[in-house]
Amino acid sequence: MTNQDNLLIVSSSPHLHSPDNVPAAMRDVLIALIPALLVAVYYFRLPAVMVILACVVSAYGAELICLKMMKKDMATKEYSALVTGLLLAFCLPPTLPVWMAALGSIFAIVIAKHLFGGLGHNIFNPALIGRAFLLASFPVAMTTWVSPIDGVTTASPLGIMKKATGQQLPRIADLFLGNVSGSLGETSALALLIGGVYLLYKKHIDWRIPGSYLGTVFVLTSIVSAIKGYGLEYPVFHLFAGGLFLGAFFMATDWVTSPVTKTGRIIFGAGAGLLVVIIRLKGGYPEGVCYSILLMNVVTPLIDRYTKARVFGRVKSHA
Amino acid sequence: MRKASFKGGIHLHGYKELTSGKATIPARIPDKVYIPLSQHIGAPCASLVLVGDEVKKGQRIGEGKGFVTAPIHAPVSGKVVAIDVREHPGGTFVPCIMIENDGREEWADSVKPIKDPGSLDCKALRDLIFEAGIVGMGGATFPSHVKYSPVEGKKAEVVVLNGIECEPYLTSDHHLMIEKPERIVAGLHYIMRAVCCDKGIIAIEDNKMDAVDLLQKAAAPYNNITIMVMAEKYPQGSEKQLIYACTGKEVPAGGGLPLDVGVIVNNVGTAAAVADAVENGIPLIERYLTLSGDGIKEPANYLVRIGTLFKDIIDQSGGYAGPVEKIIAGGPMMGKTIYNDEVPVVKGSSGIVVLKGDGKPEMKEFSCVRCAKCIDACPAFLEPTSLVRLSKRGAWEEAEHYNVTSCIECGSCSYGCPAHIPLVQHIRKAKQAVLAAKKAQANK
Repeated sequence: MTNQDNLLIVSSSPHLHSPDNVPAAMRDVLIALIPALLVAVYYFRLPAVMVILACVVSAYGAELICLKMMKKDMATKEYSALVTGLLLAFCLPPTLPVWMAALGSIFAIVIAKHLFGGLGHNIFNPALIGRAFLLASFPVAMTTWVSPIDGVTTASPLGIMKKATGQQLPRIADLFLGNVSGSLGETSALALLIGGVYLLYKKHIDWRIPGSYLGTVFVLTSIVSAIKGYGLEYPVFHLFAGGLFLGAFFMATDWVTSPVTKTGRIIFGAGAGLLVVIIRLKGGYPEGVCYSILLMNVVTPLIDRYTKARVFGRVKSHA
Repeated sequence: MRKASFKGGIHLHGYKELTSGKATIPARIPDKVYIPLSQHIGAPCASLVLVGDEVKKGQRIGEGKGFVTAPIHAPVSGKVVAIDVREHPGGTFVPCIMIENDGREEWADSVKPIKDPGSLDCKALRDLIFEAGIVGMGGATFPSHVKYSPVEGKKAEVVVLNGIECEPYLTSDHHLMIEKPERIVAGLHYIMRAVCCDKGIIAIEDNKMDAVDLLQKAAAPYNNITIMVMAEKYPQGSEKQLIYACTGKEVPAGGGLPLDVGVIVNNVGTAAAVADAVENGIPLIERYLTLSGDGIKEPANYLVRIGTLFKDIIDQSGGYAGPVEKIIAGGPMMGKTIYNDEVPVVKGSSGIVVLKGDGKPEMKEFSCVRCAKCIDACPAFLEPTSLVRLSKRGAWEEAEHYNVTSCIECGSCSYGCPAHIPLVQHIRKAKQAVLAAKKAQANK
């Protein structure tokens, strides 16, 4: 074919590609967050909407400004900033002042993501860094909880358990559905589970991380319960209370900051589970999901290094 | 029953319906054929003919020096009109013998039926296979007589025929298996005798159950040949993955050969060619080839003479269906794109795939997001994304430490990468650099 107008393309194989791409994957994560979003808006009303909007809008704005300032190719922008913003909103109290939410979101995108090199290069989960930053800066606002629907100030379920104030612990069913106080997107284990199952079905996340994370928390709290005689409700309470489901399905599974090897993912989840139980039972905070994942993010490269797969055709060396 | 398979790999849409079920068409024999003097791995051939010479069909016209080489034969009778450097579908330029077809189809005297082929010993069988210029017809084009030669201290326990054809679009092996099952079985029988081994396996993917039935019938008289059905997965037809699926053994990494685990793998097409060579003395001058893809008006399988230009076959298929983007020599996962359709069919040409493309520009490449889909897909258990990072940096030594040379370039990683990183391209670069450095060191 010598037709100049229709030159053939010469390229390196393979010449087929799956329909997968990064923007589509991020879109799927946003879809997976919809059930929890609806529950959050239902239980926490207008304040929740305001916090969510503040986080998402400022995250996306900060993303665009960073891309522009760093002269990155705007054609490669995708929805990961929206995911970061939404995830950050989900782990904030619904009554948080809007400007604080926006500040946390901008910190997450600018400091935790772009200053580390942008998409794919950050060491820490940006949303969790945003939360950690806000918790350190505004400890009171970040630990003021309200009850669902009526918005009366109350303690969080884990706070009640930690301080043993004598307040009635919420029922397991309410914990599962989300009818309890807490960060606006973390309360409904059911809604988060639906989203998590969707991501598993779409093969965007590996069951090993949520599986080992939740499993470790359940097993360890069961052991504590057996020793202290708390009964079966105790480990189930720990499973559904706080941000464990949000962390297990949406934060710990973050592609960029979790291990790439299968064994590594199990270690990652189990390590995070152990840290959660230690922080909840022995630490100063009632909740430990955020720090458990951030701490495991630090050791992710190390985990990857020591869990490298055996190459096909090579017997594992004993060195 | 759980079907045999391997770990890793990907599921691909086959696009095989474009050509499967249509009987193979004997391709028009062209007026001019172009025979590259290098169609195999090993020493290239030197021409045995001069411009102006008359040649007969099946006459040896090129041979190489040394052991690892394969002679080349005239696919038509006629006159040598030129010997010139031309493009090879592999992307290189090689000397090529051009023969003008006289249309008489006269066989050379050397081509005659072999008396009592059943009584030949392994050395005689290997000689006949060498004489016929047979090479691996799945695309690797390794000279078969070399593969069948005994290696000190290693014994072939089983001969596996590869009828997997896991590349999308390609159905030429499938059609060969349906149309000539008894030739394949006969060829396998001779190969088993040539390597002094009494166990044969024909491995077929479960999307070709008609071929399984026919080969089972053809193999019924032989109690030492079994048909194995494999799960449909890419790259099941890759030699090492196929051996693992058949025997549970892994070919040692770092330059190990199938024979190290007592296996010899051959394409089904090679077996059929061996049968023709051993029984009838016919050299390798034609082969099955799939012409498919959305850029072709009438996709079909052809029985085509070596040396036929791609263009001639495409014309016979009604030409291009509109403007096309890529012409691929081989399958779309591992085949090479060519920039010109005037390249000849060679011994290793299993197919031509013509793709229109969707007209949209290729998706921009994103940063790696560490999703690990490439790691899950890699049938060699490598970390493609880490290799790419090292390749981009030019860290060849580290890449070698990460076993870059174990990459089989199957393309599974690139196929599924959501960031659209051309992983195989980067890995190839590192692999070539590492191999070149090794070679340089060995020569010191």
